[in-house]
Amino acid sequence: MMPEAALQTVLIAMLGGAIRVSTPYLFVALGETITEKSGRINLGLEGNLVLGAMVAYALSFHTGLPWLGVAGAFAAGLVLGLLHGTICSLPKVNDIAVGIALMSFGIGIAFFFGKPYIQPQAPRLEGLALGEWSSNPALRQALQINPLFFLGLVIAVALWWALANTRPGLILRMTGDSEPSARAMGVNPVRVRILATVLGGGLAGIGGSFLSLSYPGSWNEGLSSGQGLMAVALVIFARWNPLRCVWAALLFGAAGALGPALQSVGISQGYYFFNAAPYILTLFIMVASARSGVAAHAAPGELSIVK
Amino acid sequence: MKDLAAPQTRAIGLETVGMTKVFGPLVALDDVSINVAPGSFHALLGENGAGKSTLVKCILGFYQPTRGTILVNGAEARIPTPAAARDIGIGMVYQHFTLVPCLSVAENLVIARGDKAPVIDWKAEKAALTAFMDRMPFRVPLETPVSALSAGEKQKLEILKQLYLNQHFLILDEPTSVLTPGEADQVLGLLRGMTEAGEITVLMITHKFREVTAFADAVSVLRRGRQVGGGPVSEMSTDAMSRLMIGEAEVRPPEARAEGVASDLQLELTALYVDDDEGLPAVEALDLKVRGGEIVGVAGVSGNGQSELVEAITGQRPLKDGRIFINGKPFEATRRDYHGFKVFGLPEEPLRNAAVRRMTVAENIAFRAFDRPPMAGLGWWLKPAQMRRRAAELIAAYRVKTPSTETPIENLSGGNVQRAVLARELSQDVRVLIVANPCFGLDFVSVAEIRAQIVAARNRGAAVLLVSEDLDEILELSDRVAVMSGGRIVHIAPGAEADRQTIGKYMAGHA
Repeated sequence: MMPEAALQTVLIAMLGGAIRVSTPYLFVALGETITEKSGRINLGLEGNLVLGAMVAYALSFHTGLPWLGVAGAFAAGLVLGLLHGTICSLPKVNDIAVGIALMSFGIGIAFFFGKPYIQPQAPRLEGLALGEWSSNPALRQALQINPLFFLGLVIAVALWWALANTRPGLILRMTGDSEPSARAMGVNPVRVRILATVLGGGLAGIGGSFLSLSYPGSWNEGLSSGQGLMAVALVIFARWNPLRCVWAALLFGAAGALGPALQSVGISQGYYFFNAAPYILTLFIMVASARSGVAAHAAPGELSIVK
Repeated sequence: MKDLAAPQTRAIGLETVGMTKVFGPLVALDDVSINVAPGSFHALLGENGAGKSTLVKCILGFYQPTRGTILVNGAEARIPTPAAARDIGIGMVYQHFTLVPCLSVAENLVIARGDKAPVIDWKAEKAALTAFMDRMPFRVPLETPVSALSAGEKQKLEILKQLYLNQHFLILDEPTSVLTPGEADQVLGLLRGMTEAGEITVLMITHKFREVTAFADAVSVLRRGRQVGGGPVSEMSTDAMSRLMIGEAEVRPPEARAEGVASDLQLELTALYVDDDEGLPAVEALDLKVRGGEIVGVAGVSGNGQSELVEAITGQRPLKDGRIFINGKPFEATRRDYHGFKVFGLPEEPLRNAAVRRMTVAENIAFRAFDRPPMAGLGWWLKPAQMRRRAAELIAAYRVKTPSTETPIENLSGGNVQRAVLARELSQDVRVLIVANPCFGLDFVSVAEIRAQIVAARNRGAAVLLVSEDLDEILELSDRVAVMSGGRIVHIAPGAEADRQTIGKYMAGHA
């Protein structure tokens, strides 16, 4: 049996890990939510994530300004999103195929231009020390929270509010749910979708900057372990609701933190198995939500996988 | 634009002069001039493909006419886009809903208003919407998501939306196809009242003579893109209107109902439960018996479980509970049982539910028998020449218009796809026939042909279950009428005693 102190350490480590690991999930999931709300799927956000990570790291290394790196990652994500949005707007183009192609493309150019940055150290985005009040060093470390996490929370709440209370929000939902109605109201669905894909791509780029500038906090080719892909599953689990995206991202984050947390108390047996927790969770969630009528009901009606 | 009409009569008058629209080789609209006076209720009659929707799309700015002009309140108007039509005050209520299912009623109305303020002040909007609803003759709950509204409520909301947008010329496309007879009369009556008060002008596309004579002032009839007649409704008989609509085409007379064909044969549905796509109950505890030589018509407003019922019987959807018996023996929707019990079907939307679009007419006609002699040897060796020969015979017998037996079936018109399916399903010995909305969207000639074939199958002793949203069709064909509402059979009456009003009440679930 695990002693009480060890359990506490594991839980604290998982809390810290959940917040840390969830940030890229959160950004990608919010980006994907915007895109899917418009009626299109961008499976290529993994590419945006990796390219964003590389661009952020390179810019931070050259300028010494990590926040400029974040802005650069956002811009890189926008460009990839624009590419996806534009290509998918051509007639008879399948958004899923384009997404996979652009994922390879984004990862490819990130690796190509990223080679020189694998060795050097770039300035990182420092976390906010919110645990100073505590004497427990583990808790202090867990509450070392990156400002990007809070930025993600703000975006989630703002998006949730905007979807219900602003005209652009309603137009986005309308386009995603019923293209004929949007057309009948003089809305150009193609434009709405391109904008939504561009913005979604940008957010995924920011998620990438967190990977290279905060946690793990370096640039290499194994940096992302499929967070960009899992975030797509997460959006379905969150039923296209930005607030639920936050909880879902935290859940995935906690699952991702399980392996390292157990290792920190000396349980290394089954380390790889516990590290696989997020993937198992993804599989489980996909099976469960595919069977759920509620999820089917909440899905935007114009999504190619729903139609 | 200045207000041309006097303030108390806000209705708009509209006139088309020599409207012509040519798509490549096809003349969809040929020199059509109609005059809709302000405050009138004008009906536009015609079969599918007669040019009604092309005319309306020209008025609404979706199409630019090849020739011809539009006069609004007597002055020439240019309508380059749907937005321009909206600015003039011309609004369209589509047959297919343009409401956004995931948005609430209030959100749908506010978003339709197309103004530019980015943030919506819900408090003020809700107050304004409530005040608006109070002025309207019918109302719809504001907070409900549109996906939870019934078809009738959606139709009312479509009309309310146009009124909310201050449109004073309403174009309605088959507005009553999803309503119960009672709801249809209510909605049309209220619109009629608003035209009489000079609030709005209505141009209604329809093919129901009953609605024309009961509600419209004037009528224009189109056939194959040409205007073939029209005038005040008071001066036209239903007969004259239908002759104008159909033209010289020969319509098969209704098949006489043979007496004494009833037999011991019996199709029995016992305690059927079926779920819809979302896993919610669509059909509950449904019991129904159909005897040989009898047509049982199941009436109901669309979405009360009829599609799910038919899909469950024909094996497209699993039965959650209950059994189907034919002559006391259990029936499963397998190929073996279909063949053994001689069960056949005409599902709705045959191109989707009863045919493979890209396969040829001959292959589609062979679906029932392709793996049996004489079309196949040893159960797997197919003989395409036999298939083509048999298809050619049936194409001739059922008058399917197709360039050849090798044409992909999707290239045929709706009526001809239905005839090809009919040929496949009815050319053998039929004991049980399941029919769903067989005439939806078809022209008069095909409708008459298909209805006659269904009655002929009954006369040969088949047990026929007819599910239809067209109450007139049910009343014309059925020996017994059952009404389905909320997934249950709520009323059964002999066809001779069935009357529209009673059935309408049961359809609406009010009885």
